[in-house]
Amino acid sequence: MSTLTAAQGLLTVAAADPATKIPAPHIEYAQLAPTLIVVGAAVLGVLVEAFVPRKYRYYVQVFLAVAALAAAFAAVVGLAAGGYGNSKAHIAAMGAIAVDGPALFLQGTILLASIVAVFTFAERRLDPAAHGNRVDSFAAQAASVPGSDSEKAAVKAGFTTTEVFPLALFAISGMLIFPAADDLLTLFIALEVFSLPLYLLCALARRQRLMSQEAAVKYFLLGAFSSAFLLFGIALLYGYAGSVSYAVIADVVDGTVSKIDPALASTMGNDALLLIGGALILMGLLFKVGAVPFHMWTPDVYQGAPTPVTGFMAAATKVAAFGALLRLLYVVLPGLRWDWRPVMWGVAIVTMLAGAVIAVTQTDVKRLLAYSSIAHAGFILAGVIATSAEGVKSVLFYLGAYSFVTIGAFAVVTLVRDAGGEATHLSKWAGLGRRSPLTAAVFAVFLLAFAGIPLTSGFAGKFAVFKAAAEGGAGVLVVVGVISSAIAAFFYIRVIVLMFFSEPKADGPTVAVPSPLTMTTIAVGVAVTLVLGVAPQYFLDLAGHASTFVR
Amino acid sequence: MENLIALLVAAPLLGAAVLLCGGRRLDKAGHWLGTLFAAASFGIGVALFADMLGRGADDRTVHQRLFSWIPVEGFQADVAFQLDQLSMTFVLLITGVGTLIHIYSIGYMEHDERRRRFFGYLNLFLAAMLLLVLADNYLLLYVGWEGVGLASYLLIGFWQHKPSAATAAKKAFLVNRVGDMGLSIAIMIMFTTFGTFAFGPVFGAVDGTSEGTLTAIALMLLLAACGKSAQVPLQSWLGDAMEGPTPVSALIHAATMVTAGVYLITRSGAVFDAAPDAQTAVVVVGAVTLLFGAIVGCAKDDIKKALAGSTMSQIGYMILAAGLGPIGYVFAIMHLVTHGFFKAGLFLGAGSVMHGMNDEVDMRKYGGLRKYMPITFVTFGLGYLAIIGFPGLSGFWSKDKIIEAAFAKGGTEGWILGGVALLGAAITAFYMTRVMLLTFFGEKRWQPAPDADAVPSAEPAAEHRAGQLPHPHESPKTMTLPMIVLAFGSVFAGGLFSINEAFVKWLEPVTSFEHGNPPLGAGAITASTVVVLLIGVGLAYVQYGRKPVPVVAPRGSWLTRAARRDLLQDDFNHVVLVRGGEHLTRSLVYVDHSLVDGVVNGTAASVGGLSGRLRKLQNGYARSYAVSMFGGTAILIAATLLMRAV
Repeated sequence: MSTLTAAQGLLTVAAADPATKIPAPHIEYAQLAPTLIVVGAAVLGVLVEAFVPRKYRYYVQVFLAVAALAAAFAAVVGLAAGGYGNSKAHIAAMGAIAVDGPALFLQGTILLASIVAVFTFAERRLDPAAHGNRVDSFAAQAASVPGSDSEKAAVKAGFTTTEVFPLALFAISGMLIFPAADDLLTLFIALEVFSLPLYLLCALARRQRLMSQEAAVKYFLLGAFSSAFLLFGIALLYGYAGSVSYAVIADVVDGTVSKIDPALASTMGNDALLLIGGALILMGLLFKVGAVPFHMWTPDVYQGAPTPVTGFMAAATKVAAFGALLRLLYVVLPGLRWDWRPVMWGVAIVTMLAGAVIAVTQTDVKRLLAYSSIAHAGFILAGVIATSAEGVKSVLFYLGAYSFVTIGAFAVVTLVRDAGGEATHLSKWAGLGRRSPLTAAVFAVFLLAFAGIPLTSGFAGKFAVFKAAAEGGAGVLVVVGVISSAIAAFFYIRVIVLMFFSEPKADGPTVAVPSPLTMTTIAVGVAVTLVLGVAPQYFLDLAGHASTFVR
Repeated sequence: MENLIALLVAAPLLGAAVLLCGGRRLDKAGHWLGTLFAAASFGIGVALFADMLGRGADDRTVHQRLFSWIPVEGFQADVAFQLDQLSMTFVLLITGVGTLIHIYSIGYMEHDERRRRFFGYLNLFLAAMLLLVLADNYLLLYVGWEGVGLASYLLIGFWQHKPSAATAAKKAFLVNRVGDMGLSIAIMIMFTTFGTFAFGPVFGAVDGTSEGTLTAIALMLLLAACGKSAQVPLQSWLGDAMEGPTPVSALIHAATMVTAGVYLITRSGAVFDAAPDAQTAVVVVGAVTLLFGAIVGCAKDDIKKALAGSTMSQIGYMILAAGLGPIGYVFAIMHLVTHGFFKAGLFLGAGSVMHGMNDEVDMRKYGGLRKYMPITFVTFGLGYLAIIGFPGLSGFWSKDKIIEAAFAKGGTEGWILGGVALLGAAITAFYMTRVMLLTFFGEKRWQPAPDADAVPSAEPAAEHRAGQLPHPHESPKTMTLPMIVLAFGSVFAGGLFSINEAFVKWLEPVTSFEHGNPPLGAGAITASTVVVLLIGVGLAYVQYGRKPVPVVAPRGSWLTRAARRDLLQDDFNHVVLVRGGEHLTRSLVYVDHSLVDGVVNGTAASVGGLSGRLRKLQNGYARSYAVSMFGGTAILIAATLLMRAV
């Protein structure tokens, strides 16, 4: 804090006297280790693409990615054990990145979810081998036009897009920074760092490449659109507070800073700038979490993207974006909560209802899960709005529980296949329970968790956020949430009924036997779902210990 | 010594478990095992009785706390027993008569393939009934209450291949459920009012509780008693319950279980004494049932149903006495015990007659049996003399006291109740004489046994007897022995109890006792009892002893016809309850279909329609999405600014 203001003071002076006084930035490498490990591995991954023979790249990349993620997770655990989650929480990297409970908890969640997601990236046994080469979910050569000779040649040559691993690592590194960012510029950079690789990953589907590419373009265009709003919001807030630092903005909002930057004298403290800027930044984050009315990219992108990427995106992006949203609302704008809470109420209500209602008529399982994720974003928003430690705790818990259910559910989707690849149309899932009882049962567990049935993590999570919301005085939100849950239960249960109580179709899909990689992903998903459902208290306490933001 | 109390319940419970879980291996020895467990329980009861007699009148009550059943903050339920003089009386009656009836059943059920199971159920009944009378709180009593209901259901429907038996069992169960609701509601009111349902604390807290609450509790307890003891208006099941094997009718539906209502009211005397309105309800129920059962008993040709009407009527006497308060409790219980002896004896005698008459139950097809079944005739005859209150026999002592107490109620009420009790005594004499004359006197009116196909019979042997005239014969020793023992009870129990007011002194510390002051002298009342008795006997003799009895019942007067149909009780229930219930469910189903389903389906349809419409917004064009985001952002900003402006 003091170094921060001092640095800003110096910076403003620096305009007149640029040469001498810029201090060497002080970086706490150890405390930033999780992110640094992942970034390092991503860079290494690029080098691997350049120097390692094609034959070995897949193995090296998978090993590198998993090892880096595991090491990063170990680093997070180490930091948490070292007390950085509470007693030693502070702001590192010259005020750019917070190392505190919520940041570490969310980083840990992102890393664990990423590990199981990377397993599904690495799955190569679902499709039959093409020309004697094992294939994964990604295009043989992303640059070749779909259906062209170049693509055929690439398939024949057995190319695989092993770049997905470094891309994923870059995205993860951005996600790790996003919820920890402690100034608006870091926030924006983290946003771009994790978004750009995601746009690319969305375009890389092996099957239905046109749809995949369309999804990627839409995601990119709309993402860029929202980034523009976000950036504009950052500019306005800078104009309002004279700083991009969360702490300084918060102080200005609270009225505890009296020092006025002469260059910004005409705008500083102008509430219109604060309100409009805050709304714009909120919008940028709401876009990423997929809240209504900024959700429209979600179904198209979830459907078009390669399913492993969808699962990864649906889980990890949501965790990161909600982390950033929490920090923004709890650290930067708590003084403004009487302004943003009613607005967020509206957003949460519309999101819960629209997600649940529109999902009712979906016929594609990936789109169904996309709308389900929108409804869940609404539920999590209800916890965010609680504006209490209890709210933070419930959101952290919900995010952890939801990630694993989501990745597991999308992993199951990758297994149900027919001649054209994944059979995502719901009519093809009819009678799956008769043919593949285990797969159907596992999917049913995930659906029940989405629906929030007791003894699954979904129930514990929903209970926690609704409790926090109710205690925070948002009874109406809870009522709407329960109604939405009831509507949502309809389509979750409908899929279960379809799987178990319908006659299987003659030309129905088959369930591929995956490698241990996807099996691990699904098993972890089921295990987390049940453990968090049966004995949630330990994890709730863990989230509770990690619910204090540093400022 | 008090640690033995649990064994009283445990012995027959263990017997039930062994017999019901033991499987076919125990088929050969099951009935002996069952009898052994019952006898063991009786033995323990006698030992405890001796122990109790050894103590002074005021510290005869002992407790045994077994374990904490439901230990919840603010809701403490224990499995604990209380053995006092009242419980002791019941324990001896239940285990004593129970053991005798076990012995009787050995002979009676000899040809039944499922005899082991029958004894298992009998043991289960004993355990439940003992739990009922030994519990030291209402919740545990309720367990026993439900347990005897279950055993009763299983035993009424024991010959479940007969649709009539299955229906009767179901009817008994359903009617009893109504009463059970009363008991559970009473317990709930007790818990909310007193915070406990243990006898001691509840009775201790009666002072200082509003009369309204106490009346509510007492009325609910009365409802429970009506169900279990077949009192008007919940009397309709008892007649049908005679579909069960006769030992069951003797033990459960005459001597013990049906008297549970009397026990409940006597046990809860402290509550009733403080709720005079409820006591009035009790005496009304008792008086009405007393006449109701007696009238029904006059018209029935089925020997068991005639006895069932009599049971109802005699329990009416007990309920009436219990409703009189401290002047009546002791005599209610005394009549209960003497009734236990003579009514069980009468039923066993009826069973013995049926045993010798191809399972025929229609008394019009009996006649002149006294020569063929001398032991049955003598024991049944002694039971008969006891129940009509022939001076000197058991029924005389107990019934006379009840009539006295009824007069002692005082005022117009006392005259009405006393008159009803006297009238009942006359009718009792009439219908019992009728049973006696039809069965044992007059000419033989025996009919060939019906085809085995036409009437499904309980016993496989019945097939061989189809079409033959019955050969009445005396029953085996296992059956006659219990009848003889019970006959001794019928003759001497009342007299023994009355020597020096022994029974009153015995029960007084538990139930409290006051001497009633009837407006007439005790001698006058006794004299009128004897007079009405003679009138009843005389009328019956004129009607059934002097004239030949037709085999097919004559049409009879409207009263007879109504009484044959149990005074239209089933017609009443059918019209009021069944039809009413059907109309209620039909309208509920209608509301469910039209309103509830309409709302549900309508909601579902509108959600679906909304979903379809909203879905169209998702048109796949990035430009529309961008517009939506732009519009959303504009709204977000506008709303934020608006919030500040407001």
